[in-house]
Order: sequence, then C-alpha cells, then structure tokens
Amino acid sequence: MNVAVAKTGSGRAVSDLFASAEGRLPGSPDVMAARCEAFETYERLGLPHRRIEEWKYTDLRALVGEVLPLAAVPDATALKRAADAVKAHAIAGARKLVLVDGVFAAELSDVKALASEVGFKTLRETLDKDAGLLKTASTDAVIAVNAALATDGVVLSIADGTQLSAPVQIIHVAIAASASAFTRSQVAIGKGARATIIESFAAAGAAAYQVNDAVIVSIGDDADVAHIRLMDDAADAVNITSQFVTVGANTKLNVFNMTSGAAVSRLQGFITLAGEGSQLSVNGVNLLKKTEHGDTTLVVDHAVPNCVSREIFRAVIDDRAHSVFQGRIIVRPDAQKTDGKMMTRALLLSDEAEADNKPELEIFADDVSCGHGATAGALDDSLLFYLKARGLPEKQAQALLIQAFVGEAIEQIADDTLREHVIGIAERWLERRS
Amino acid sequence: MALLEVKDLKVRVEEREILHGLTLTVNEGEVHAIMGPNGSGKSTLSHVIAGKPGYEVTDGQILFRGEDLLEMDPDERAAKGVFLAFQYPVEIPGVTTMNFLRTALNAQRKARGESELMVPDFLKKVREVSKSLNIPQDMLKRGVNVGFSGGEKKRNEVLQMALFEPSLCILDEMDSGLDIDALRIAADGVNALRSPGRAMVVITHYQRLLNYIVPDVVHVMSRGRVVKSGGKELALELEASGYAQFEDAA
Repeated sequence: MNVAVAKTGSGRAVSDLFASAEGRLPGSPDVMAARCEAFETYERLGLPHRRIEEWKYTDLRALVGEVLPLAAVPDATALKRAADAVKAHAIAGARKLVLVDGVFAAELSDVKALASEVGFKTLRETLDKDAGLLKTASTDAVIAVNAALATDGVVLSIADGTQLSAPVQIIHVAIAASASAFTRSQVAIGKGARATIIESFAAAGAAAYQVNDAVIVSIGDDADVAHIRLMDDAADAVNITSQFVTVGANTKLNVFNMTSGAAVSRLQGFITLAGEGSQLSVNGVNLLKKTEHGDTTLVVDHAVPNCVSREIFRAVIDDRAHSVFQGRIIVRPDAQKTDGKMMTRALLLSDEAEADNKPELEIFADDVSCGHGATAGALDDSLLFYLKARGLPEKQAQALLIQAFVGEAIEQIADDTLREHVIGIAERWLERRS
Repeated sequence: MALLEVKDLKVRVEEREILHGLTLTVNEGEVHAIMGPNGSGKSTLSHVIAGKPGYEVTDGQILFRGEDLLEMDPDERAAKGVFLAFQYPVEIPGVTTMNFLRTALNAQRKARGESELMVPDFLKKVREVSKSLNIPQDMLKRGVNVGFSGGEKKRNEVLQMALFEPSLCILDEMDSGLDIDALRIAADGVNALRSPGRAMVVITHYQRLLNYIVPDVVHVMSRGRVVKSGGKELALELEASGYAQFEDAA
C-alpha cells in the first residue's frame, strides 16, 4: 500500500515539523520515544476539523491550516522585549514564572521568592527522568502534537498544608512572528493546601504566531484553589490550550477563563471531580471582535457522589466574530447526589456576530440535580434608552450594560485584586471598541 | 423665551398617527398637568420629548430654550436639562444604583463642559437626597431598580431628578402602581424640587396625584391633541364629569 506523505497547506511535509524541532526537544531516550509516538498520532489524525464532533464549530484545518515551525530560542533582545510585556501583564503581588516563546526565562521569573513555598522545576529538567508528563488521557491531535513538541514549561509542587502567601503567575510571552510555541506545565497541589494559580498569555509585538499549551493540575483533598487563565494574545495569533484537572475530596476549586485576544483560540478544559464533597465553580468570559474565533470547551466529569459544580459563561461578540461554548457535564453511575448547573449567555453586538452554544448533560446516575441554560441576544433597547435618557452617550451606555453582563461571571473571582485586574481587562477591551 | 415649546407636533408610530398637531408652551417655574384618557397620546408626548426611538415626527417642532430638541440624541437632551421620570423604570442587573448615578451625572457634566463631581461631594449629595426621600443606603448598592417595589422605583426616579437638577421634568404617570403612602413620599420629593428655574410636566390619568402636586396649568388631551387648558380647577371639573365630553369634542 502506498501511503501519501501528509502535507500541510504550504506544502511542507508534516513530518518535517518534528524533524526540524528534534534538536530543541528535551528528554531522555524514553521521553523521545514517547514524543515520536505522540507525533505519529498527530500525523495520523492531522489538525482537528469539523467532522470531528468535539471540533465541529472550530475547524482548525480551515481556520489555522498548519502548525508553524518552532520559534527560535529567545536571545537577549527578545528577553528585553519580553520584560516589558511581563510588566504590563503582571498581577500585583504575584510570583512570576515566565515562558518566552516556549522557553523558561529564569531572569524574568521570581524563582527565589517562589522556592520558599513551592517546589519548582522546569519541564526541561523534569523530562530527563520522567516521560509521564507527556501522557494524558486524551488522544486529541492538538494534545498529541503538544506532547511531541513541548519545549518547556513549569512543574510546580505545592506540599500538603501549604498556604501560599502570594499567587503564582505563569506568563507566556510571544516574541517571534510566524512561529509556534509548545509548552506543557504541571501543577500538583497537596492536601489542605491553599493556592492561586494564574496563567497569562500575551504578545510583545509578535504577530501571526501560534501557542499550544497544556496544563496538568492535580489537587488533593481539603484544598482551596483558584485557577485563573487570562488569554490576551495578539490579534492575529492562534492559542490552543488544554487543561487537565483532577480534584480530590472536600476541595474548593474556583476556575476563571478570560479570552480577550487571538484570531483563533480554543480553551479545552477537562475537569474530573474524583473525591466526594467538592465544590467546583468554573466561569469564563469571551470578548471577541472583528473576525476572531473563540472556543471554550469544558468537560466536567462527576466521577464520585456528592459534588457540586457551577458554570457561568458569558460571551460578548462584536463585528463578525464567532464564539463557541461547549459544556458537557458527565455524571458517572456512582455519582449520586451530584448537583451540576451550567448557564451560558451570549451577547451579540452586531448582526453578523455568531454564537454557538452546545450544552450537554450525560447523566448515568438517577439521584442527581443537573441543569443547563443557554441564551443569545442583543443588548436590551429599553435599558439602552433609559441610560441614554440619563445622559450616557450610546457607546458608554452599551459599555455599562456589557460590563454588567460579563460582571456576573467575573464576580465569581473571590480575590479582590484579581477581580479588579480582570474588570480592567474588560474595561480596556470596551474602550478600544468605542 | 419659553422653556419648552411644542408646536403643531404630529407623530406616527408604525404608520399610525398618534399626535395630530399638538401645541404646548411651558415657561420656567411652571407646573403643567396633562390629563387625558388612555390612548390620548400622553405617554407618546413624553417619549418624543425625551427622544425614545420608534416614533416618527412627521410635522411640527419641539423647542427647548429655543433649540430644536428633535435634532438632539437622548443623552444630549438629558445634558441640556430634560428629564423624563419613567412610568415603568427599567431594572438593570449588575449596575449598582450608586455607579449608575455617578456615571450618569458625570456624563451630563462632561457634555456640558463641566468637571467631574468629586467622589466625596457626590456621596454627600446622594446621602442627603436619599435620606429625604426615605431611600435606604443599601438600596443604592443594589442593581438599578432590581428587586425594588413600585414605590421604590418611583422614588429612585425622584432621587435622580434631585441629583441631576434638570430644568424640565416630565413625570409620566408617576402615580401608577403606587399606594397612597408611596405616592405622598414621591410627591413630597417632587414638590421639594419645585423652583422658579425649573418647570414640570405632570402626566396623569387621575386627578388624585394633583392633590399632592398642585399644577399651575392643566391641559386635557384627547385623541392626540390638547383640547382644553385651564387652571387647577379644571382637574377637579374633570374628576366630576369625566373625559367623555372631550372625546366628543376631539
């Protein structure tokens, strides 16, 4: 049988991508074998397209076409530029871990301050011993190509009982244009620990780049964790992020995802409630304009009884942008007394804006309380007129109503500094609009 | 110069003419009542003065201090001093009353080329006015009108009137849905705002409200026109004889 060599849109052979990256990829021979296997999976599957159910609304073959070659290792000039972006996106009081074009930048990070409370290594250091980090439950093509090509990431371990005195902020900065960065990070949070983990994605002048990030989070029992992701990549960039989160018993996890950048983005979160009595709150906001495509796909898996999950998602869609929300709640046969609710609302600011909402409940237990709701619509004219009659010009009246609309999701962030930071992102987005 | 001059105003809504040449002149310091049966066009008049979309002015003029009001957006009208107290104030979840009041006041000041009111001055003013209107402070922290009773919503309108200090207040059916106590509190608030530089147009179906807000001039509207004008005694006359006579006249 003749097997055609898989080609990308520009005619480059897909296998060249791996060959050209090989010198850059850390790992022992075992790790390299795992990478090869992952890349073969990716080669076999290719980029996801609309005929794959989970990617129905986000056809990466049509939207992205091909995976770009790896960005070069950042030089001194690049790091200097990255420093400005880090400053702009740093959250007051947080301890920063910075990845520039997929490479950990120690000189921009607060490793020393962090080390007193958190075990820290780079992915590069870890992969010499452990290929396990490259393995995840999913065989999704974007996750496979991430496993194959991840150049770096952070590996954090927060010991049992640790109460972090400051949030940890992982900042991804893109410098190189027309190149891609693959990162993979792991965060292990011990029993009874209290931690806030923030991930930020930003550009320092880079254009038309691609980010593919994977984060593997495990949280022990009796923990209290906030996990915030703020994606503000360049207007012509691509950001694909996969999150794998496992939650222990009697734990509180508060997740927030903000998309306010990138031409094409997909956040796919897979959260498994693996211990009883836990409370999960997953909230998100998509702010999309022009022809941006933003996809938030969440799978909440109630694997055990007596857990509560709440999802609030808001999309604000202007111009010809396209927002996708797919939310699946799975309730396993044993997961009795599950209480799972999901509410998604889209605000369409133009006639050409598009929202796709796909809520799914897969319930295999019989004593549960689950529900979902989805709405899509324009701003309410009667509210707009009321505000205008009180002296607010059209754009300001709209901005106030949009802030209120996304506020319902943002309010779920418990920390005042973080919440104000996120409100600031929304305000700046609205200012750019008017 | 009159504060408000409505001249031969004709207004259509979806191909149907509602106002058929309405004329009305209001001077500074005057309180006018506009009474009339349902469907006579009272609310349409208030909406057109405030600039609500959906109304097509086919003829006539509305001048405010001699300026063409119909050329202005609703927010410009508000900044010039036109205030409509809504018959049904809307609920705005997620926008606290306090934030709304400050944003609106500063937007009006900005449009007039005035500086923003400093926060302490603003808070002091809100506190004073809300106290006189019997509005609890915690209501100001809630979403605009969210969970407010009918009376609270109307008092919130009066609160805004007091803060924004408009020169023309149009009260659209302020008495609808209010019991006698709620009506008295709202009316007292309105009376406190009567001043030589400010005019009010009180739109109402019933004479009852005019016991509390005593007008200088009463107009009777029927079928899209003012069919009779007179002093405050005209309202009492109407209460006794009803609107039917005017329906025939129109």
